Amino acid sequence: MKRRDFLKSVSGLAAGAVLPAAPGVISSAKADARSETLLIVSEGGPNNLDIHGVGTNVPGYEVSWNCYDRLISHEMKSGPGGVPYYDRDKFKGELADDMKIDDMSVTFKLKKNAKFHDGTPVTAKDVKWSLDRAVSVGGFPTFQMSAGSLTKPEQFVVVDDYTVRVDFLKKDRLTIPDLAVIVPCVVNSELVKKNASEKDPWGLEYTKQQTAGSGAYKVTKWTAGTEVVMERNEDWVGGPLPKIKRVIWRMVPQAGNRRALLERGDADISYELPFKDFQEMKANGKLNVVSLPFSNGIQYIGMNVTKPPFDNPKVRQAMAYAMPYQKIMDAVLFGLGNPMFGAAKDKATEVAWPQATQYFTDMEKAKALLAEAGYASGFETTISFDLNFAGVNEPLCVLVQESLAQLGIKATINKVPGANWRTELNKKEMPLFTNVFSGWLDYPEYFFYWCYHGNNSVFNTMSYKSAEMDKLIDGARTAAATGDKSAYDADVKGFVDLAFAEVPRIPLYQPFVNVAMQKNISGYQYWFHRRLDYRAMAKG
Amino acid sequence: MLTMIGKRLMFAIPSLIGVVIVTFLLTRALPGDPAAYFAGPAATKEAVEQIRKKLGFDKPLIEQFFRYANDLAHGDFGTSLTTGQPVATEIRNRLPASAELTLLGLIVSIAIAIPLGVLAATRPGSWIDHLCRVTTTAGVSLPVFFTGLVLVYVFYFQLGWSPAPLGRLDVFYSAPPTITGFYLIDTLIARDFEAFRSALSQLILPATTLAIFSLAPIARMTRASMLAVLASEFVRTARASGLSPATVIVTYAFRNAMLPVITTLSMVFSFLLGANVLVEKVFAWPGIGSYAVEALISSDFAPVQGFVLTMAVMYVLLNLVIDILYGVIDPRVRLEG
Repeated sequence: MKRRDFLKSVSGLAAGAVLPAAPGVISSAKADARSETLLIVSEGGPNNLDIHGVGTNVPGYEVSWNCYDRLISHEMKSGPGGVPYYDRDKFKGELADDMKIDDMSVTFKLKKNAKFHDGTPVTAKDVKWSLDRAVSVGGFPTFQMSAGSLTKPEQFVVVDDYTVRVDFLKKDRLTIPDLAVIVPCVVNSELVKKNASEKDPWGLEYTKQQTAGSGAYKVTKWTAGTEVVMERNEDWVGGPLPKIKRVIWRMVPQAGNRRALLERGDADISYELPFKDFQEMKANGKLNVVSLPFSNGIQYIGMNVTKPPFDNPKVRQAMAYAMPYQKIMDAVLFGLGNPMFGAAKDKATEVAWPQATQYFTDMEKAKALLAEAGYASGFETTISFDLNFAGVNEPLCVLVQESLAQLGIKATINKVPGANWRTELNKKEMPLFTNVFSGWLDYPEYFFYWCYHGNNSVFNTMSYKSAEMDKLIDGARTAAATGDKSAYDADVKGFVDLAFAEVPRIPLYQPFVNVAMQKNISGYQYWFHRRLDYRAMAKG
Repeated sequence: MLTMIGKRLMFAIPSLIGVVIVTFLLTRALPGDPAAYFAGPAATKEAVEQIRKKLGFDKPLIEQFFRYANDLAHGDFGTSLTTGQPVATEIRNRLPASAELTLLGLIVSIAIAIPLGVLAATRPGSWIDHLCRVTTTAGVSLPVFFTGLVLVYVFYFQLGWSPAPLGRLDVFYSAPPTITGFYLIDTLIARDFEAFRSALSQLILPATTLAIFSLAPIARMTRASMLAVLASEFVRTARASGLSPATVIVTYAFRNAMLPVITTLSMVFSFLLGANVLVEKVFAWPGIGSYAVEALISSDFAPVQGFVLTMAVMYVLLNLVIDILYGVIDPRVRLEG
């Protein structure tokens, strides 16, 4: 290029760079598309379209839920505020027409007209292959299956083309509910086998990129980290044909922009907004904001009971009296949570979980208990939290820090990056921390088995071990399996009382799942997985 | 000239090898255990081990490195764990988005900053000089994400002039067939003018955000270098010879003031790529900046390594282009020199 030419072109560029400002014009065809399309905006998107994949994240569960079918699902009931809420105890067929429970097995008859997205009929061998896959691939899906005592491929038996039997290894009340969670989804076995390789016998690489199910929606376009587009499956037989034809799910990292998109009416539905935004949107009434408690979930303060000072129950009780409960409810959650403290003195323990403790903020009592334990002048410790949920965790920890300072306890705040949080939890060395646990299966003994049992699972973050506690939890599990109601009730009350007396973890509140949507969107349902079910939704 | 380019590229090889080694070591030194992260919230210790094995993190570091280097040599950047896609494909798909935005931001910035700088230099101390000083100082002092959010708030939320900040195109338009990866060009090639307008209107706010941020160095550098040139003897001679002020300023002074401005441009371009990270977050822009940040947050090694490597290659190429431009603008500068 010649020097002069270059100079000319540069000055030309500078002169011609005045940009026309043109607002987007929408033609009428596009407007029609809009009325049949649901536009969802959220912070994160899926990293894998198959829940059986390695490290599939929570947004990936939402895709699986809507694009795959299970044998059975839950009925709906009316929940808090009249919002449809899944009914823990009632099941309905999705791919199955009929479910017959015997003493040591359950038999499913499949719907004969069910087809996968590519048109092949859904048969018993697909069901067996999929369940085998769930218990064999390892990682989270296998773990979730084992929670319902489903661990061996031999348990799944093909009786004939349209009949499958699941044999029980032992009596377990959680087996049937565990067949209705997201994991035991039915995959198009022929299609996936064709795309599997020796290194990848279950075809996980294939299903990571595309859906191969029989569900109400299929993914037609997925750009990781940007958007997921799903189209309705016109031949779905798992339930009534959904009203929404197309779902566009866009990732918008800025919470402020998600709110702006909702308020301007450009987006239809969003979650993962700061509590303050939800509360303000609720107040101004332009949008529908649904707030429902997490089933079987609690945000708590945990203490490592293997090391002083928290090995002393008196210190733990003092901590429980020193928590600024109401301040957390008001200033952190803006009221969007169920208090799990301050139950009346004479209130009997219920056979339910979660339920409130009788602790409340009482600094005098806390001081007295600390003095009794020999820590009258306080001590030093660190309080840790997961930065991924800093919006709640950070102000919460600051309030706790302030409150503890009044007792002479000097707590340094330790912010743990999200990627590191699980490693830290696994080490079980953090003395004081806040965290949430919420179980998909809504049973008290399930929660306690993971969080308080002496077999010390990842979720027993306090390393709490007590022979008495283990006896009560195991007792409740056995009683539930055999249907011994009085023994079950006694054991549940027993472990709840013990957990509150020894307080290795201090329950703070039951968090809410918050979803904001346009007024013309209806049919939102609460599910145990807390993600959206598009199948029941409608627009207009 | 070709041999010169070849030589320059040869010199870049050691620095690229250095970049490969350093990014590899840095990503391994990140806190956090990707295996635990990707095993999910409910994983047992065995499940974490299983995943670690699957990802190859149980091998000694040196073996991991050689495997990585070998993959790189075969053009395989690895697979991202967060998005589940091969890194090379992701970068190829996302780089045009970032490049289009950055280039447009730069062009807008040049279009404003250079005339502003020239005017400020020809009338030092006048109102236009003060205007130049105030705008550039304000622009560079505001963090880009803040400027971006303010623009969204005013032009989208309050006034409704701008489309929803939802990435490169309106949700209901489909992307044009990929030829260059630049939507502005691809939509024109596809003769889809509606989509072109949509792509352009989506670009205006983020490009303006970047432009505001990069006004300062360009305008100030233009002004300073113009002032120096205008005070030099050949300009005085030209003026004394009775040439029109326009000829003096554009033909004589501006051309000679270009060199330091070009150097600044290369610098501005590289820091705009950095500033892009935040702008992409604000405007949900599917570029490589937001991709790299996501990866970093979840200790996802492969994309971080791929990102740094791509950036390194781009810097090398950018410097090469600048060097060649020097030669084109100023015959005194020789590539051999």
